[in-house]
Amino acid sequence: MSRKKRRLWILLLCGLGLGTATALTLTAFEDSLVFFFSPSDLAAKPMPPDRPFRVGGLVEAGSVVRSTNAEGRMETAFLVTDGARSLRVTYTGILPDLFREGQGVVAEGRLRPDGSFAASTVLARHDETYMPPEVADALKRAGHWQPGQPPPPAALWNTLTAPATN
Amino acid sequence: MDGNAAPRGRSLHRFANPGRFMRLSGAVLPWVAMLGIAVSAVGLVWGLGFAPRDWQQGDTVRIMYVHVPAAWMAMGGYLGLAIASFTSLVWRHPLADIAATSIAPVGAVFTAICLITGSLWGKPMWGTWWVWDARLTSVLVLFFLYLGHIALTSAFDEPERAARPAAILALIGAVNLPIIKFSVDWWNTLHQPASVTRFDAPAVHVDILWPLLIAGLGFLFAFAAIVLLRMRTTILERRARALMLARAAEARAPEAVPA
Repeated sequence: MSRKKRRLWILLLCGLGLGTATALTLTAFEDSLVFFFSPSDLAAKPMPPDRPFRVGGLVEAGSVVRSTNAEGRMETAFLVTDGARSLRVTYTGILPDLFREGQGVVAEGRLRPDGSFAASTVLARHDETYMPPEVADALKRAGHWQPGQPPPPAALWNTLTAPATN
Repeated sequence: MDGNAAPRGRSLHRFANPGRFMRLSGAVLPWVAMLGIAVSAVGLVWGLGFAPRDWQQGDTVRIMYVHVPAAWMAMGGYLGLAIASFTSLVWRHPLADIAATSIAPVGAVFTAICLITGSLWGKPMWGTWWVWDARLTSVLVLFFLYLGHIALTSAFDEPERAARPAAILALIGAVNLPIIKFSVDWWNTLHQPASVTRFDAPAVHVDILWPLLIAGLGFLFAFAAIVLLRMRTTILERRARALMLARAAEARAPEAVPA
């Protein structure tokens, strides 16, 4: 075997070893690598009370209740859902502009004794869909997209030729 | 003083191949640079000025036309750095070392652009400048890998001696590339999943996708032009250095040099 070939094989083997080690490490630390838990994760693996964590999902359609508390600050209560389960979240303060029903959110805070989630921070999480407002309106008018739901699959509305909805 | 003659002979051989590279790259560079400026300008003017607004993000979506091409260059640049380092370690190709040292600072700048524009985008849309989610953290690690490579190559007085440790560092860091790419699929992140490179249709409407792809192509030409320019400069610098060293050796020991 020539020296070049030997170096090639040594490097490939090192790469394989490094890749395996990294994959094993990342799998072992899976729980601390996720940025948030879904309501279903929490049902499967309950969090101890008073431990801060993040919960993420979509704001359930029709669940948002806004009020003003005694100090005149805006209070919002809503359900965060992942489709299977939902969690009641309350938050005092100004929400991000993107916050609305059907929108992804990540709330940071801790569980109350009654099982609801007291958020100290609410971040908006938008999905990977980008389209002009006119296309979104056309999809909703045509009944392809129910309000308060995530957008329909891209294959329905996006092709590399100009779509008929324009 | 046999030791003096041997390195000089080898250094002449080393630049036999870069000589051809200098001729080729000299002919190609003006065209690549012009394409880089022109295509980037078309993509950016189209995206920033004429592309439609987004249904949920409004005009803020226009940050994408800088952020996403910069992110592509950050990762593509590191892939290039890893390939050059691999070539350098296995085949000891002198141009591969020069390519690696030339790519690293350019990749670092594009990674910084990606991080800064991402932060400026995150504040109005997500409500935060920065979070430690898997995507953002792994891109920050990519930035530090670039900085580490730059620091390592500049820590040696003789650039040739830095090549091997720097190449090993670059290859170890390459394990971060799939982590960046798939971080949004493997773990819950605040950053949204991939929009363009998907198995089904891209989740970006064509009116937004075209200017994005053109800006990406323009950034690629610009990246290539800067790297070619840096490679040419490095070759000329090393040539000048080799000549100066040879001249200094001649001045020190004139009787040892055959006439």
